Amino acid sequence: MGIPEKIISGNIRAVARLIRDIDDNIPEAREVLKELYPYTGKAYVVGITGAPGVGKSTLVDQMVYHLRKAKKTVGVLAVDPTSPFSGGAILGDRIRMQRHSMDEGVFIRSMATRGYFGGLTQSTRSAIDVMDAMGKDYIIVETVGVGQDEIDIVRSAHTTIITLVPGMGDDIQALKAGILEVGDIFVINKADREGVDRTVSDIRLMIEMDEKRYKNGWKPPILTAQAVFDEGIKEILDEIKKHRKYLTSSPERKSMFQHEKARNDLVEMIKDRIVSDVLANIIDSGEFEEALQLIVEKKIDPYTACDNIVLKKLKSG
Amino acid sequence: MNQKRKIRVLVAKPGLDGHDRGSRIIARAYRDAGFEVVYSGLHQTPEEVVQAAIQEDVDMIGLSSLAGAHMYLFPRVLELLKENGADDIVVCGGGIFPGEDIPKLKEAGIKEIFVPGTPLGEVVKWVEENVKPRT
Repeated sequence: MGIPEKIISGNIRAVARLIRDIDDNIPEAREVLKELYPYTGKAYVVGITGAPGVGKSTLVDQMVYHLRKAKKTVGVLAVDPTSPFSGGAILGDRIRMQRHSMDEGVFIRSMATRGYFGGLTQSTRSAIDVMDAMGKDYIIVETVGVGQDEIDIVRSAHTTIITLVPGMGDDIQALKAGILEVGDIFVINKADREGVDRTVSDIRLMIEMDEKRYKNGWKPPILTAQAVFDEGIKEILDEIKKHRKYLTSSPERKSMFQHEKARNDLVEMIKDRIVSDVLANIIDSGEFEEALQLIVEKKIDPYTACDNIVLKKLKSG
Repeated sequence: MNQKRKIRVLVAKPGLDGHDRGSRIIARAYRDAGFEVVYSGLHQTPEEVVQAAIQEDVDMIGLSSLAGAHMYLFPRVLELLKENGADDIVVCGGGIFPGEDIPKLKEAGIKEIFVPGTPLGEVVKWVEENVKPRT
């Protein structure tokens, strides 16, 4: 049996290894992904994001529990940051999801953000495709949600959940123009804490002010939860279902989503390819170091250096 | 294409043992050495450890035990890895063990045992020399 067949039949080892190869940028993995593509598109992808410590992993754990009770299979992709100094990472999201590790209907994978060359967006999307092809009904992607890369990841999900905790106060103002705008559902976790009403009304205000965007469309609901006590989880899943219905109920909306997703995927893929091919290539050949030296010595300006390199590369194809 | 394998390690505490300071420090040292460390937390059964190792496609499992059940737990992990066709994963252990158990554990297939007082640098160096990322 070839690798694609193994993936489609749900072979855990094959899936795990392919995701590793994707992460490590092994060219053969791309070939497998090409063959898997026709088998993707069936899973429903939910993105969960929020600051460290707001309870994302616990929330995911409870959602998995409820989805499993409803006989749905689930893939979880948990992204944690890579240390910019050592390049290493501690991936600790499994701690909260331990109880599902013996369940064959659940596949959990931790992934590190790696660095600039890591192509996080690309590798997470490919990992989602692999879990999709292996037949998972739901795929939940968890990220810390800082930086454009991570915003892009959650944007490629069907439903994006933003998790907050009470007492963030003015921080919400600062977040407003960033990741908060991509939320389809807002969850205020640890709702037993003081200030929950204030946080809810802050978010509500933000949403109401964006009335134009939500008119005739999906207006993000704001839910409260206490994930450790399994409170509010059912309601979150109900809203996901509603949002799913919303996305799929009109053919135009459905095709718009797919079009948008395909566009984002392709843009990312091309960007990634250029970075890994052109940049890696000129670093290997020493051209990069050469240009750097000239810039430092002020013999050339960085704009010209960039033009020289890029135009030369483009011409050589 | 820019490709580079990173060493992936699972740090796990099997059994009913709540002493996780050591395993956390080890996890941190591995991170600082540039490894990707999956930390799965306390109170794991050997079955759970092996499933996590397979799903995460790690090159090595570091087992920590300070509660005395290592003579059952460690060999059981090796046995399950074999059953799952994943015995290419290197397993080492750290914690408190009676001296006479160490050769027995190694004979069972635990690649190395680290006891209290081992400098972190030595543990990291051992991994770098004995664990190669999968090709």
